[in-house]
Amino acid sequence: MAEFSFQLKKVSKRFIKGKDTITIFDNLDLDIPAQDYVAIMGPSGSGKTTLLNVLGGIDRITSGEIQFDGKRVDKLDEGQLSRWRAANIGFIFQFYNLMPVLTAAQNVELPLLLTKLSSRERRRNVETALQLVGLADRAKHYPREMSGGQQQRVAIARAIVSDPKVLLCDEPTGDLDRATADEVLDILALLNKQHGKTVIVVTHDPEAARHAKRTLHLNKGVFVERTALA
Amino acid sequence: MNHAVLVAKNLGRRKLRTALMLIAIFIAFLLFAALEAFLHGINAGESNSAANRLVSVNKINFTVPLPISYLERIKGVKGVVHALPQSWFGGYFQDPKNVLFMFAVDPAEYVNVYPNTSMPPGQNEAWINDRIGLAVGRVTAEKYGWKVGQHIPVSSNIFSRADGSHTWEFNIDAIFSTPDANREGLVLMSHKYFDDTVTFAKDTTSMIVFTTSSVALNDSIEKTIDGMFANSPYETSTDTAAAFNKQFTSQLGNLTLIITLVVSTAFAAILLIVGNTMMMSVRERTREIGVLKTLGFSGPVISMQVLAESLLLSLIGALLGLGFAAGALSAARKALEGFNIIGVNVTVPILAAGVGLAVLLGLVTGAVPAWAGLRLKIVAALGRH
Repeated sequence: MAEFSFQLKKVSKRFIKGKDTITIFDNLDLDIPAQDYVAIMGPSGSGKTTLLNVLGGIDRITSGEIQFDGKRVDKLDEGQLSRWRAANIGFIFQFYNLMPVLTAAQNVELPLLLTKLSSRERRRNVETALQLVGLADRAKHYPREMSGGQQQRVAIARAIVSDPKVLLCDEPTGDLDRATADEVLDILALLNKQHGKTVIVVTHDPEAARHAKRTLHLNKGVFVERTALA
Repeated sequence: MNHAVLVAKNLGRRKLRTALMLIAIFIAFLLFAALEAFLHGINAGESNSAANRLVSVNKINFTVPLPISYLERIKGVKGVVHALPQSWFGGYFQDPKNVLFMFAVDPAEYVNVYPNTSMPPGQNEAWINDRIGLAVGRVTAEKYGWKVGQHIPVSSNIFSRADGSHTWEFNIDAIFSTPDANREGLVLMSHKYFDDTVTFAKDTTSMIVFTTSSVALNDSIEKTIDGMFANSPYETSTDTAAAFNKQFTSQLGNLTLIITLVVSTAFAAILLIVGNTMMMSVRERTREIGVLKTLGFSGPVISMQVLAESLLLSLIGALLGLGFAAGALSAARKALEGFNIIGVNVTVPILAAGVGLAVLLGLVTGAVPAWAGLRLKIVAALGRH
């Protein structure tokens, strides 16, 4: 039996807007095995970002069940979810979302402030993470002193520094030129293949999807196509 | 890096805004410390007054003298232990700008009526036995560099001598200290010398200060004395020294109320400015707070950081304001000793109250933004729908 990262069972997400109930997805089933690399594609408004949000525990589902490593996470309270996210999930955003007042190293160190690691251990982990994304020499630079690609690599270092099992990436190459986007995608592939991270990428970019082991096409809250790479 | 660095970095992200907020808080606490110190100074006489020390003055007001003969009659009242006359001399040293807070008293009774007065051995006796002797408070002696044994001229801007001169010669016989800071600025001469040499107001005294054998007797003694002189040309008003000092300062108006209103208004304004600016600062960081929560920072941790920011800001501004007030008042005391503002001092209780107020200000101004940070939904913060 496969070891699952995520198992979604009949998951629904609805919003109430005025008198209308808007269904984002309804009775969605999805299994994402550990160390998988999944690209989720679909038109705008198809529900892919909302799916990423509920996987990351930053949004609640209306009904159904979400399991992570065999344990339900949809019932956790806010404090438990925060701790679960800190321990298991790394987020990578389209616009990097780095703290402008912190250096690259300090940005990377942020998730480690929630751990019991000593400052020396934190510093070592930060160096390792920055080396992995090829930015060891930029540790003391502020985000404004770096290119978009470098900022995204710092964001990746921040996502992996606490060694989470899963990386959730929302349009990680959406703000980058092709060459830089490819560098970022290569890093994600490396993290999946060599470091065993489960990578889930929401993207409009077919190139980004090509790096994944399989692609799920979501439209109006329903998976319309599942493509697996040979 | 640690949480404290993160708090400091957030405070420093808009340096001009942080500096302006610090200036606002600095001014509020400078005002607080200065006004409280002033209040402390003018109330010092009240708080340092022994409970069994009473004062009889003319019922019209204390600027109208009483006959010196009242002294012996008051001494004869049952329960009165020690009594002395005390008359304002209006003295100055060399230049009218060098105002001396100078009274004529009975040297033999002074230490009995004011028992917390201390002098080196032998000095009190020397003063008692020297008709033209002076006992000088420590602060005034230090200000003019006066030493025991020195012979000095002191002039009066009220009284004159038979020869038309306004200047008296004195020997400095004693230099005294006392826990009552305001009294350390006094200069005391013999009431007999005063009475023998002035050309008017002879055989009178501005007031009679006396002690009772028991605080419980105060009320009955007050009534006895005032009853004794009722319907005479010089009716008395007798009260405790504390009440007298309070009445004296109340002539300046209800200072406590005025100071409370000024400080409260300043603080209300600062509260609105800092509270609103903190709120704006948190609003600007909505997305960053969303990111922090995504990384696993819980609502309470975010709230604590926001509260720590407002507390740090408030404490820095307050400590600068309190420190500056303490330094400035210390310098002013040296420059204005002639005006007897010795008790105008940023005391430890004022500093403690200031720090307490700073903590309160920090908590109140940080409360709403901290609550907003606590409640902020990640999805809303990141605009992710």
